[in-house]
Amino acid sequence: MKNDPDRLPRYTASERANHWLVALTFFLAALSGLAFFHPVFYPLGQLFGGGVWARILHPFFGVAILFFFSSMYLRFRKLCVMTPADWDWLRHVREMIRGDDRDMPESGKLNGGQKLLFWLLAACMALLVLSGIVIWRAYFSPLFPEGLIRFAAIVHAAAGVFMVGLIFGHIYIAIWTRESIDAMIYGKVRRAWAKQHHPAWFREMTGENK
Amino acid sequence: MALQSLDITRRSATTTRPPSQRRTPEVAKLIDVSKCIGCKACQVACMEWNDTRDAVGTNQGVLDNPPDLTENSWTVMRYAEVETGRGLEWLIRKDGCMHCTDPGCLKACPAPGAIVQYSNGIVDFQEEHCIGCGYCITGCPFNIPRLSKKDSKVYKCTLCSDRVAAGLEPACVKTCPTGAIVFGTKEDMKHHAAGRIADLRERGFAGAGLYDPPGVDGTHVMYVLHHADRPELYNGLRKDPSIGAMVGLWKGAAKPLASLALALAAVGAFFHYVIKGPNEVPKEIEKEFEDEKRS
Amino acid sequence: MAPTFGRGAMTNHWVDIKNANVIIVMGGNAAEAHPCGFKWVTEAKVHNHATFIVVDPRFTRSASVADLYAPIRTGTDIAFLGGVINYLLSRDRIQHEYVKAYTNASLIVSEGYRFDDGLFSGYDAPNRTYDRSTWVYEMGPDGFARIDETLQHPRCVLNLMKQHYSRYTPEMVSDICGTPKEQFLRICELLASTSVPNRTATFMYALGWTQHSVGAQMIRTAAMVQLLLGNVGMPGGGVNALRGHSNIQGLTDLGLLSNLLPGYLTLANEKETSYRAYLDKRTPKPLRPNQFNYWSNYPKFHVSLMKSWWGDKATSDNDWCFDWLPKLDVEYDIMRQFELMGQGKMNGYICQGFNPLAAIPDKAKLMKALSKLKYLVVIDPLATETSCFWENHGELNDVKSSAIRTEVIRLPSTCFAEENGSLTNSGRWLQWHYQGAPPPGDAWPDADIMAGIFLRLRELYRKEGGAFPDPILNLTWDYRIPHAPAPEELAREYNGKALADLADPKDPTRVMVKKGQQLDGYGQLKDDGSTACGCWLFSGSWTEKGNMMARRDNSDPSGLGNTPNWAFSWPANRRIMYNRASCDPQGRPWDPNRGLVWWNGAAWTGADVPDFKPDSPPGEGMNPFIMQPEGVGRLFALDKMAEGPLPEHYEPFESPIGANPLHPKVISNPAARVFKDDWESFGTDKDYPYAATTYRLTEHFHFWTKHTRLSSIMQPEQFVEISEELAKEKGIRAGDRVKVWSKRGHIMAVAVVTRRIKPLKVGGKTVHHVGIPLHWGFKGVARGGYLTNTLTPFVGDANSQTPEFKSFIVNIEKA
Repeated sequence: MKNDPDRLPRYTASERANHWLVALTFFLAALSGLAFFHPVFYPLGQLFGGGVWARILHPFFGVAILFFFSSMYLRFRKLCVMTPADWDWLRHVREMIRGDDRDMPESGKLNGGQKLLFWLLAACMALLVLSGIVIWRAYFSPLFPEGLIRFAAIVHAAAGVFMVGLIFGHIYIAIWTRESIDAMIYGKVRRAWAKQHHPAWFREMTGENK
Repeated sequence: MALQSLDITRRSATTTRPPSQRRTPEVAKLIDVSKCIGCKACQVACMEWNDTRDAVGTNQGVLDNPPDLTENSWTVMRYAEVETGRGLEWLIRKDGCMHCTDPGCLKACPAPGAIVQYSNGIVDFQEEHCIGCGYCITGCPFNIPRLSKKDSKVYKCTLCSDRVAAGLEPACVKTCPTGAIVFGTKEDMKHHAAGRIADLRERGFAGAGLYDPPGVDGTHVMYVLHHADRPELYNGLRKDPSIGAMVGLWKGAAKPLASLALALAAVGAFFHYVIKGPNEVPKEIEKEFEDEKRS
Repeated sequence: MAPTFGRGAMTNHWVDIKNANVIIVMGGNAAEAHPCGFKWVTEAKVHNHATFIVVDPRFTRSASVADLYAPIRTGTDIAFLGGVINYLLSRDRIQHEYVKAYTNASLIVSEGYRFDDGLFSGYDAPNRTYDRSTWVYEMGPDGFARIDETLQHPRCVLNLMKQHYSRYTPEMVSDICGTPKEQFLRICELLASTSVPNRTATFMYALGWTQHSVGAQMIRTAAMVQLLLGNVGMPGGGVNALRGHSNIQGLTDLGLLSNLLPGYLTLANEKETSYRAYLDKRTPKPLRPNQFNYWSNYPKFHVSLMKSWWGDKATSDNDWCFDWLPKLDVEYDIMRQFELMGQGKMNGYICQGFNPLAAIPDKAKLMKALSKLKYLVVIDPLATETSCFWENHGELNDVKSSAIRTEVIRLPSTCFAEENGSLTNSGRWLQWHYQGAPPPGDAWPDADIMAGIFLRLRELYRKEGGAFPDPILNLTWDYRIPHAPAPEELAREYNGKALADLADPKDPTRVMVKKGQQLDGYGQLKDDGSTACGCWLFSGSWTEKGNMMARRDNSDPSGLGNTPNWAFSWPANRRIMYNRASCDPQGRPWDPNRGLVWWNGAAWTGADVPDFKPDSPPGEGMNPFIMQPEGVGRLFALDKMAEGPLPEHYEPFESPIGANPLHPKVISNPAARVFKDDWESFGTDKDYPYAATTYRLTEHFHFWTKHTRLSSIMQPEQFVEISEELAKEKGIRAGDRVKVWSKRGHIMAVAVVTRRIKPLKVGGKTVHHVGIPLHWGFKGVARGGYLTNTLTPFVGDANSQTPEFKSFIVNIEKA
């Protein structure tokens, strides 16, 4: 498959590695964080050795994801600049979900949804990091006034759960859109897939006008 | 720490009802600030009974020492020199956990059973369940719990729940030489306070009153203040403490709703897949490329 | 107080404070230093609607719960209270009937008595003493003191007082004390409100009065105010000395001062070689007809003491071993001891339960004195500064250890909780306590240590003879374990026992006490050698019925808090002294709601043990202060006080104003003893402009509790307190380190800047106070600190030689 001429290179190895490192640390942070979000998730702490270990590790997972996500942010931020076509794409997203993609505007390497996801995730990350520092009791909380800590606790919880929701959607769409996971696993996609889902990018890659 | 599980009426991070058959009378510690001479015997008694010892510190230019609550000092005297209409007054307040009826710490705590409230009103930390996140500090309207650097657990006044369970008064009450701290059922303490307030008003303290703030549904540690209309004179005692809208938002309905939203999203996605099927490359395009290959 | 009332102790007791209508804390800080006893102040406020007043240079912890606080410059309490006397006399706000009947207001003073320009008649300037022969009553031809019941005679005590205190106007008081006039007058009015029979005021004082060069006179001034108000002997009245140590009352009761024997009997001086003359001098004749005078029993107390000490060896033929007692050339008070050490005249020192290096003024002088000793024995539970005076602790104790030749022997002893025994509290209660824990390591009870020293000394005398072995060889020592006398044995010895069958005085055929039995009280003591008693005051504390001190029945039938079956209260289980004065001359309580004792037609009876001859009916002429030869409270102290019969304001030896507004020529106490070299160690207000005072904090007990972790946590580090105004002037902020120095040395401490100390206007000048808590030193677990007696002057009260720790002058800078 590696040299399959039928396939187009979509993500480089380092991009893929970066993505999966973010994914991994996200899962660690999200699962340990959810343990404190609501009692119903508290048993998730057991995955990390219990509540105390979850509490100790969670912020360090946060540091890790910050590191990897920053790297990813630097890689993709130019690619994710929103164009008028992306906004147009987003306006048609309902049709897409209904399963009727005939009138969808053509998308480039990334469609409007993917780009929006990127920016939303980046915003969540920023909020989580800033608020996370404020509520990190062991090291930083004593530096901040109580009112700010309370506010940060809300921001952290809200941003966290929103980010979980975003990733939830991201995963579902990846599953729903057959073969898209190949892009992140193997780095290459079939030409047909590319033409279907990212026609503009397909043309750019193949030089075909059609 | 030592009351039985039968007496637990509230439990942190627990969505089901704790045992609630047994009811005991609500207790309260009443601190009559107008009788307090700031001798710190209560601080010593607290350390002795609970076997905690703070470090031998330094003088910071004030009489207060230790200068703040710590994981080992569960109560401290706070001295305030204020000029009022009566001239100089030296208001000395024993600070420590107020044992709120609606405790912000318990509400904020994410660890099931790390903070409990007994039916007598005492709010108690169960350190073996504490995960050390410090959310209780964030939730407390009085800035009381302190995180230990040694074991990353939070500590605060237990209202000597172990002594109270055995029918004794808290250690600070036992030791108070002037009778400024008294202990009994909350009802009795309110009655006692009324007598003290009448005496204070007679002595010209028109604003004398009881500090039992309704914002937290009352407390199980109450103050008789000469200036109940200006509690902030007493080293910043909050006038209308409450758990706060933000903590309410954080720990109120938002979280279950968000959890529900996540669950609905999962269910929605599943049915979307089942109903709409996967998003595949349509046959025409597949055919187009197969043709191309063949050609 | 003894010169005024007859006995030198708290007149009432702790619980009785709850009966007061007005409470004044002055010369003390009861909330700080006596927080447990202070509960009775809060009880009085709550249950008796009492008004609580505090007068102090600082707004103290006591002031924090007071109804009225007034500032005062340290060392000017006589001026303040003299002003109160002037207020009471000039506005006629005294309890007339009481003053007339129960004080010496109506007695006439000798013609030779004078007071001019700050000096009383008879001053001997070179020796700084008075010839007191003119400070007496004018005697009538009948051998009794002359009296003018109309109070018209110009030399009757009341008129002399009026004249003397007329100078203490409110303006003068304000000018000397710095107390705002309105506040002073409000306090006068509140005190005056108790001149009616059914209201009382109580005075509570402590070291804030005793530790002055005029300390005893400060206390006397308060006693006089109380006599004028008719508040002595009354429940809720009196002058209440709050002792600083749980058993310091017991120490003085047992005579642990160089000139005393147990029970306030006194040692003879070197000229008193005749036993008869010794007794005659101490067994006064009544100064008024029919007066019953308790000291007429002096021979009974003394003979019984001698029998207790020397048993069969003490006989009437050898004057009960009077010759075996030491005779004093001068009083060997603690300050003289160190003076002599410094002069090389005292070479060995046994220091038991005492930390003189911290507790006597002028540390530099003390260090020199201790360094000259050949040996120093310290008996103490703790490693005191005294026992480690030779250790170098950097700035805190900068000595060259190798240059000190003194051999120091430390004998660890038990602390109170490690042995059985009794403690005598301020209210004269002897309360038995039990061992709470075994002593650590090699610590021994003090009695065992003393016994060990005694037995070895006796052995040496036995073997080697010596100059005068008799008192040692013959001392009664019949304890079950000779090297370990039990506290119970000692207590029984103090109570006394019969050495022969004692007959009932009313029925000589009946034996009242059998030979060998414990006595019921000092009423049974004899001067014929048939009784032995180690301390007559304590007689009744361990009778045939057992240990009275261990009684714990707190029932209070009168509701006045007298609890007659709780422990034992000297004298004779009497709870309120001079309680006969709580009744009018007809024997009816002044205040029917507070009936303490009364005449029931046949005898004195009531809720307390009457302080009176129990069968002397009203009208017989006997007066209530039975320890005085004239039976009344002394407004005029006769010859009992060193510096004069009426208290006069003298400035502290180091005065921040360097002048006495009342009499420019006599600034400080003219009769206070100052050793020659010490004059030079006093500073002047030019170099040391700020008034300073030392004091204690509730978190600590003297120099002990810096050795305990809990107390050290509560107050870890040495500090001084100054006003915001002085801090601003000197550029000092709270928490800064400052240097405080007097002419004798310096200390460094953290500055606490407070509104509780305010600058005072004195004589048109602003006087700032520097407050210096004294608990730190170079030993212990608290942070190391300077001994504050580095700063204090080596001068004491003219009568008691109690050092002037409360008033001196310093300078201060940011370090």
